[in-house]
Amino acid sequence: MPGSIQSIERGAAVLRLLAAGPRHLTLNEVAGSLGLAKGTVHGILRTLVDVGFAEQDPSSTRYRIGAELTSLASLSAHHLDAHTLRSHVTNWADTLAARSNESVRVGMLVDGRVEVVHHVFRPDGSSQTLATGQTLPAHTTALGKAMLAFHPSAVERVLAHGLTPSTRCSTTTADDLHRLLRTVRATGVALEVQEECADVAGVAAPIRGRGGLVVAAVGLSGPVVRFCDGSGSPHARLVSQVVEVAATLSRKLQA
Amino acid sequence: MSARVSRPLPRYVAALDQGTTSTRCILFDHAGRLAAVAQREHRQHFPRPGWVEHDANEIWRNVQRVLAEAVAGVGASTAQVAALGIANQRETTVLWDPETGKPFGHAVVWQDLRTERLVEELAADGGHDRFRDVCGLPLTTYFSAPRISWLLDASPGLRARAEAGGVLFGTIETWLVWNLTGGTEGGVHVTDVTNASRTMLMDLHTLRWSPELCSAMDVPMAILPEIRSSSEVYGEMTTVLPGVPIAAAMGDQQAALFGQTCFAPGEAKCTYGTGSFVLMNTGPTPILGKQGTLPTVAYRIGDAPAAYALEGAIAVTGSLVQWFRDNLGMISTAPEIEGLALTVPDNGGCYIVPAFSGLFAPHWRPDARGVIVGLTSFITRGHLARAVLEAAAWQTRDVVDAMDADSGLRLRSLKVDGGMTSNNLLMQMVADVLGVPVVRPMVSETVSLGVAYAAGLAVGYWPDLEGLRHHWHTASEWLPTMPADRVAREHEDWTRAVQHSLGWSRDAPAGGTTGSGRAAGAGPLNRAGRATPRPPRAGTP
Repeated sequence: MPGSIQSIERGAAVLRLLAAGPRHLTLNEVAGSLGLAKGTVHGILRTLVDVGFAEQDPSSTRYRIGAELTSLASLSAHHLDAHTLRSHVTNWADTLAARSNESVRVGMLVDGRVEVVHHVFRPDGSSQTLATGQTLPAHTTALGKAMLAFHPSAVERVLAHGLTPSTRCSTTTADDLHRLLRTVRATGVALEVQEECADVAGVAAPIRGRGGLVVAAVGLSGPVVRFCDGSGSPHARLVSQVVEVAATLSRKLQA
Repeated sequence: MSARVSRPLPRYVAALDQGTTSTRCILFDHAGRLAAVAQREHRQHFPRPGWVEHDANEIWRNVQRVLAEAVAGVGASTAQVAALGIANQRETTVLWDPETGKPFGHAVVWQDLRTERLVEELAADGGHDRFRDVCGLPLTTYFSAPRISWLLDASPGLRARAEAGGVLFGTIETWLVWNLTGGTEGGVHVTDVTNASRTMLMDLHTLRWSPELCSAMDVPMAILPEIRSSSEVYGEMTTVLPGVPIAAAMGDQQAALFGQTCFAPGEAKCTYGTGSFVLMNTGPTPILGKQGTLPTVAYRIGDAPAAYALEGAIAVTGSLVQWFRDNLGMISTAPEIEGLALTVPDNGGCYIVPAFSGLFAPHWRPDARGVIVGLTSFITRGHLARAVLEAAAWQTRDVVDAMDADSGLRLRSLKVDGGMTSNNLLMQMVADVLGVPVVRPMVSETVSLGVAYAAGLAVGYWPDLEGLRHHWHTASEWLPTMPADRVAREHEDWTRAVQHSLGWSRDAPAGGTTGSGRAAGAGPLNRAGRATPRPPRAGTP
């Protein structure tokens, strides 16, 4: 959109993040989630506190949504329409499937689970079933982890539901999950090796919308024998293809 | 893509898609994957109400630019381009001077209605279907022939000049091939069978210009290009990419059919844009449709026999979503209609028949107007959103039913492309109402891909049609899930809704079917086309 003011977009992203759940967030968490410098986010948060749209707990120094704002309008983290998102990603998802020879899924977080909003078949002529509309656990899938890493409130919701394992490789403790998500934040990419489905591996990267807010994730998945290298991790080629497409889509959504 | 010394440089096939609003060039690699895209839009000229023109020189300049940009986009040299294919907006008419290369005025676009009176005069003697046995088409403003005659009479002396060989006619691909192969310095004056089949001047059975039609429509045969197959080397480029063979040309809808690899009789595609086009391959003999779909040449590969198709155009599909968004303000972006439609489990008994300017195939009723039926106090915005999407699905069903009846073939799956294929709910509806799988291919640029395939075949870049089938990959597939009895009941309701739309307009003449028992003629097509605000082409609504 021409003439958008970046600092307002970022302020809006901070508010959406604070409004996404009941938990209060630290400056570090907000900055980490939006991929912005701490100094920048501190300035935004201080301004939001000044105008009454955010509040800071004096004892914990954590931030929450301001009481004034909650009465202004009801807020939702899911401000991007899933169907609009699909119309934006279709061409890029097709290209990713054609280049990688693997199936592509795009997911959004809905109530602590991953909703598959788009699915492109693996281009090998095999019989496949459209997964669009299905939901998956967030903590066992690459798509889910790619989004949870940048949505602290959603992590709280997932933990509150309990980390039900899907396979014997699934993460079952809060500590393990937090450790995994830190890696995702550091590398910008989430991996999954037999955590949701035996013999299936996946890789996903976050798609950022306005202000840096993570709105969705795009990923590939396939059988471990084909998807992973000798060390048991997804091939670097697949990882970089996913990261590249996620970056392109983020640029498109922020344009 | 940096070349290593040991490896041969990759080679590409270039496809031009010269459309109604823009010109695109796409390079495809050997696996049929998209390697580079360049695009430019051109101006639409509306000199009078109902008139639509393009500047053929502007299109020619854009073609040169997008070709160069696409090739530069992958850092390829001219030698790395194996062939060029051209897909084009159909029926648009250019006349030019072979000595100077200058067009006589602007190109007259397929949507242009200036020949309405001429068409009615021609129809006065024998009806709108008087040429149908020869060319397969009804008399309407859509096709090129009346437009040529109009242009020759519009400038003093032009007709005499044309008869003396001083004027060349072409649809857009003809104009581009002539310019790309040297223009005034030996440019090749050719058209392909698919484009020729949309002029009203070609005998659909012999694939030659019909002296009878040319004389009836007052078109001197001296101005006509030579009719060639859709896939053969017409000549080499002398500019932009000198030496690269121009090896294919096709009308855009036929190119989409070819790009969807609909090579066998009964295989069909639908392109969902503002309007929609269904084409079904019907095999080696033309079928003169009785149910309101039109026969056309699908493609001809070199010396092989031509394949024919039936074509059904639906005027309003994506444009109904645009209307829902812009005129009713129910949604703020077109894709949002899906979320709104999903707020309800069904249409609540509500149907929308979008006969904004009459109904096209297979009804051809210019006197129809849009209706919303089945309104009760129960109906919400969600039900209306569903009815909007269902209208696209049911219109597809009506056209496919007519094609099945005309061809004696049975559709087994529908291949889809165009912007609306990203609407998951609509694609599921289409599968449900047709009762066959709906499949979306991995490469959505089917127009460009189709003509690239045809060009690649001609120069041996790809071996044969079967080889091309291997490039076709399913990106998504929707299977019918709705119980047959529910489909049948809802189809009955849709058909009743269509009945309510007929005859509403007092101004438009009734269609050829009312009361006369005559086969569903497409006579009123020109009237139906009158108010079509936008080209029914693929694109995101």
